[in-house]
Amino acid sequence: MAPVKVFGPAMSTNVARVLVCLEEVGAEYEVVNIDFQAMEHKSPEHLARNPFGQIPAFQDGDIVLFESRAIAKYVLRKYSKSAGVDLLREGDLKEAAMVDVWTEVEAHTYNPALSPVVYECLIYPAMRGVPTNQKVVEESLEKLKKVLDVYEARLSKHDYLAGDFLSFADLNHFPYTHYFMGTPHASLFDAYPHVKAWWERLAARPSVKKISANMPLKF
Amino acid sequence: MAPVKVFGPAMSTNVARVLVCLEEVGAEYEVVDVDFDAGEHKRPEHLARNPFGQTPAFQDGQLMLFESRAISRHVLRKYKTEEVNLLREGNLQESALVDVWLDVEAHQYNPAISPIIYQHYLIPMRGGTPDQKLISKSMEKMKKLLDVYEARLSKFKYLAGDFVSLADLSHFPYTYYFMATPYVSAFDSYPSVKAWWESLMSRPAVQKVISQLPKQ
Repeated sequence: MAPVKVFGPAMSTNVARVLVCLEEVGAEYEVVNIDFQAMEHKSPEHLARNPFGQIPAFQDGDIVLFESRAIAKYVLRKYSKSAGVDLLREGDLKEAAMVDVWTEVEAHTYNPALSPVVYECLIYPAMRGVPTNQKVVEESLEKLKKVLDVYEARLSKHDYLAGDFLSFADLNHFPYTHYFMGTPHASLFDAYPHVKAWWERLAARPSVKKISANMPLKF
Repeated sequence: MAPVKVFGPAMSTNVARVLVCLEEVGAEYEVVDVDFDAGEHKRPEHLARNPFGQTPAFQDGQLMLFESRAISRHVLRKYKTEEVNLLREGNLQESALVDVWLDVEAHQYNPAISPIIYQHYLIPMRGGTPDQKLISKSMEKMKKLLDVYEARLSKFKYLAGDFVSLADLSHFPYTYYFMATPYVSAFDSYPSVKAWWESLMSRPAVQKVISQLPKQ
């Protein structure tokens, strides 16, 4: 069986989202870089994989996919049985629903509050040479605190977001939170002891450590 | 079996997303209003259903859920039959394509279309004037997206392939409101998209939800 291919830079958050799932199920894969500087993401070859010209894209034989969460779910569904890992819980109505709920929360609530801090403090200064917009950072941190209030309440009742089992919902938080921990605002999590403990459990996973190694905090 | 409950205003786009799924599977349900003007969404009773104080929330027996796409998935999974299989979770490739285009709806289509809905409908309701510059910017984004949708829908009847799925249905609520704005003519340049929209609109489940929407 040929290794599956993930197209995009290994340090990209959304590429990492897919890679951590591939690691969790022990699948063989190849990362194929896409050179944004050279506009490779807008080349006909890449647009054939992802018509929106974004990364990641993914190939497994004849199957070509895009959107990192959709790709990650495909990977988890395909390899779960052979890996003895069940991060989606699609066999159990209640558990699957809880995984879906907290996956949506990451996408629509957690990420919109946290990612502007990552962009303003790390990405824009490094990639565009622009200074940090402190107003955006302050506003985002205020939103993030309200979100973390809810996470703290949830994680003081359960070890993981969907319940007392690790799931896709938790892993989705890894890439952007990893970079957040490289901003000057990492200590925000200190005020939320259960959230902090949950993050440390995630960060200690072999899959997360392995993928983090390709995501330097200084760039 | 007690009817499931959907908490939120019946005219809300995200509530409608769930309702169309309930109609597709023929489940019995009740819509329980949440009065935003009275601050009901921030009170303990509602926060117990949705800790972020948003709608919809959903109750199925002991199970409490929130996030409309998660609720929709649960409904479609629970009530799935041979005939009504809108997630395709038994099939690796089909389910992946449903997920791809549902994520496109959530992360690309919705962020482009919702500012237009917000500016055109909600701002005047609060006594303000729509921000035409923002609307124009959103329309530019919409057109780029519709280019991609046109290419896709000229190859396949529906977004995930030749079968209707949650990916298609998820587009219904915001697009329905968009079609009543002056910007609807943008869709005229996209014949396959227009045909796809018309086929969604002709679905009995969609017609039923529309008939239940409060008049503007």
